[in-house]
Amino acid sequence: MSFFYSFLAQASKFLDGTTAETADGAKGSFWMPFRASSYAGDVDWTFYFIYWICVIFTALILFLLIYFTIKYRHKSNGPAPARPAAHNTALELTWTIVPIVLVLTIFYFGFRTYMDQVVVPPDAYEINVKGQMWSWSFTYPDGNVQNELHVPVGVPVRLVLTSGEGDVIHSFFVPVLRLKKDVVPGRYNQMWFKADTVGRYQAFCAEYCGTNHSQMAAVVVVHPLEASDDEEEQEGSIVTWAQWLDSARDPRQGGDPVTVGQELYASRGCNQCHTVDGSASIGPTWKDMFGEETRFRDGTSQIADENYIMQSINQPNAKVVAGFQPVMPTYQGQFKQDEYTALIAYMKSISSHAPNYPKTWADVDAASGQGK
Amino acid sequence: MSAITPTLADSLAPQPLPPGDNYLTHTRGFMSWAFTLDHKRIALMYFYAVGVFTFIGGIFAMLLRTELIMPGPTFFPGNPTQSWNFYNHMFTLHGAVMVFLFIIPAIPAIIGNFVLPIMLGAKDMAFPRLNLASFWIYMIGALFFVWLLLGGVMRSAIPSLGDSGWAWLFPMGLDTGWTFYTPYSTSISKSGVVPATFGAFILGFSSILTAVNFIATIHSLRPKGMTWFRLPLLLWSLYATAVIVLLATPVLAITLLLLLVERVFSVGIFDPALGGDPVMYQHFFWFYSHPAVYIMILPAFGVISEVIASHCRRSLFGYKFIALSSVAIAFLSALVWGHHMFTSGQSPLASMFFSALTFCVAIPSAIKVFNWVSTLHGASIRLHTAMLCALGFLVLFTIGGLTGLFLGAIPVDVHFHDTYFIVAHFHYVMMGSVLFAFLAAVYHWFPKMFGRMINEKMGSISVIVTFIGFNLAFFIQFIMGSQGMPRRYADYMPQFWIHHFVSTIGAYTMFLGLILVLINWVWSAKRGKLAPANPWGANTLEWQTTSPPPHDNFPVTPTVEDPYDMGRWEWNDEDQGFVLTAEARAALHADPQRKIETA
Repeated sequence: MSFFYSFLAQASKFLDGTTAETADGAKGSFWMPFRASSYAGDVDWTFYFIYWICVIFTALILFLLIYFTIKYRHKSNGPAPARPAAHNTALELTWTIVPIVLVLTIFYFGFRTYMDQVVVPPDAYEINVKGQMWSWSFTYPDGNVQNELHVPVGVPVRLVLTSGEGDVIHSFFVPVLRLKKDVVPGRYNQMWFKADTVGRYQAFCAEYCGTNHSQMAAVVVVHPLEASDDEEEQEGSIVTWAQWLDSARDPRQGGDPVTVGQELYASRGCNQCHTVDGSASIGPTWKDMFGEETRFRDGTSQIADENYIMQSINQPNAKVVAGFQPVMPTYQGQFKQDEYTALIAYMKSISSHAPNYPKTWADVDAASGQGK
Repeated sequence: MSAITPTLADSLAPQPLPPGDNYLTHTRGFMSWAFTLDHKRIALMYFYAVGVFTFIGGIFAMLLRTELIMPGPTFFPGNPTQSWNFYNHMFTLHGAVMVFLFIIPAIPAIIGNFVLPIMLGAKDMAFPRLNLASFWIYMIGALFFVWLLLGGVMRSAIPSLGDSGWAWLFPMGLDTGWTFYTPYSTSISKSGVVPATFGAFILGFSSILTAVNFIATIHSLRPKGMTWFRLPLLLWSLYATAVIVLLATPVLAITLLLLLVERVFSVGIFDPALGGDPVMYQHFFWFYSHPAVYIMILPAFGVISEVIASHCRRSLFGYKFIALSSVAIAFLSALVWGHHMFTSGQSPLASMFFSALTFCVAIPSAIKVFNWVSTLHGASIRLHTAMLCALGFLVLFTIGGLTGLFLGAIPVDVHFHDTYFIVAHFHYVMMGSVLFAFLAAVYHWFPKMFGRMINEKMGSISVIVTFIGFNLAFFIQFIMGSQGMPRRYADYMPQFWIHHFVSTIGAYTMFLGLILVLINWVWSAKRGKLAPANPWGANTLEWQTTSPPPHDNFPVTPTVEDPYDMGRWEWNDEDQGFVLTAEARAALHADPQRKIETA
């Protein structure tokens, strides 16, 4: 009975029209969903070209089928018809050559659009997509990791897709972008798109990946580059790309300075070369580094203060610590001021030379106020 | 002389056999069936076995559609995880059973086994014992496979089974889909991948043995006068199918063996965690499974050629084109597997080639459809149930084939890949077309198999209901898929509800239609009108012996000319069937070339 009731509820919801609108509120046509990427129009054009070939040929075959069946139907078991044409070379060549020409044309249109899809513009904004049973994560160039895909409108975006360690194949599918690529463990796949309409859209996993395959969805948000002038339109609408970047990247959302710094240490890969327990690795350990007199390869030395650490992040090879190779890549432009502060706070917290490290962001603000 | 030497014409005169002696009554008892070497009895045993397995696959199709009748968990409302697991086991069972136990064996093993030797005027297959072995290997593989998959479904429905004393009776099942994609199948899935691949492996052997037998029989047992271009078209298509089976099935066997090795011994072949490559598995798998699509559809082409020619009472338009296009399809089918992998990350250049080659397959397929439709022109069409099925096939195959064009064009395929558009496409081609060809075949050869006529009125109604149900169930899936509904989803967004609902209603309608078909078959086999030797006026050899045929098929080895010369037959009210015209009879006696050697 409960089955019957929930079924009725579903039906009435549908009749009210509450389910008629797609999740993203954007309506497509009868056949294809809404178009929101630069090449979606070309894909749909190819689709409709094939579609009309199909319609015409289906209609032709259906017509002949029905017409012949009615015209040549015999209810009685009369004699066999006088031997009808066994074949007709001209006719048979026609229906060999016409389909060949048509499929070559289709191939050409498919080829052209596919070339657009595989040739990634060199200036594309790069986002890493990772599929894991059963969720998506998106990593932005600044290291910020989200479980929704946020992109600016009108800017080419390159997605680099891979699956988690020991995970299975997934497939990242955004119908409105006409975009799908498998996410294969052990290899990087790539694809690109340029979103051309601001909005919130649905992404699916399209490759069967186990129990919760049907629940492995994500949201794609296409942000405008500039705020709308119309105040009413701004109400509840999608924030600009710059605003989103700011909000997504506000390090203070992540907790107190030391916690944020510790997370950056792990998420940005500092831990690949720097230990925090005093043991040496590819780079010097961070334990007790802050405030220590540090000797460099060129024989000079300096107390490791805030400015020294910031310089080492931005121009790592300017002052290389004695006993280490100049191998660290630059992180210039990849951290915000608060992130430098957080990283430094974390270093202070594991150094015996800085007992009064900032415990809260209020401490940070107070200290900088005093400093000025 | 001619009075002493028996001729084909004489063999159609009152039979020398004792009345009532035919292959069905020749010997009696369970053992006479279980260990029979008679290809006709083996075909009937396949018929019953395939029927049972298809029914199981069909029941699970209905359960799947019921789960999808509305979004959210339907069978276990409070427990999504259990619902999704149940669904995943069910769709794997449905797909694997339908592919391995119905679509691949249905026409070759049932119709092919029954008709092929008779069409050749032979007493049996070239290797009758191999034929029997092939049947029992199929039975062993199929029973093991179904037991395994059903166990998994039961466990996911009733989790406590796994802890009960009955656990041994319910094996772990399979939840990977019939495609066994790695690394899910080798490293993650907790289901019975190893026994399932073993089952598929056994079934592959059965296919290979049948294929060897068909090839040997067609090569060595053709009667006098049957040149390659006088081969009935069913035999052309079975021949082409057998060649693909022989070349492609070992690849599947090797692939499944590698899968076993990786899963059991952790040798890195497909799993990147062990140093393998999962995309390589897809190449291996589709290298078999794309040709397998033609293993499924080519026999259907052959059946449709025979049925259309017989019920139109004329030779086929463009016989050579139809015959050679089967061979062309068999050849091309081995070169297009990559179109299953446009989104997998294979090189774009490879994708281009696969796309172009895929379009090449469209040409022979188009030629066939045009030839069949042209055959209707100037014909004498009798709309028997078999012919209705053939017309249904033409409609479904046209839609299924043309929608394949979308999937050959890479950018459109990228959008449609792994959505319901694919589900609709392959159901139209593999399931709708093959099913309607199979129904056409059974309706066409029913008099020969059981010696009784089908109830035509009920036959027509049941086939029309099935046809409407099929289109209701699957056409809307094209729309759902192009709108972005991914396949193999146990749950979906509310925006797709109306599509799923209509599809489910269509599936129920189709199921009803098929139940009517089954009732008609059972009723007609028991109560149908007694069948004449040649109820349709067809000229292939199986209609030139009694219905049902005697144990040895023919008392003498016949000679043949054109298999589609329907003018040799005229209706005889007394027999309620077709008999040779006086001229054809006279020609048989007059021409010394047509004298027949005693067997």
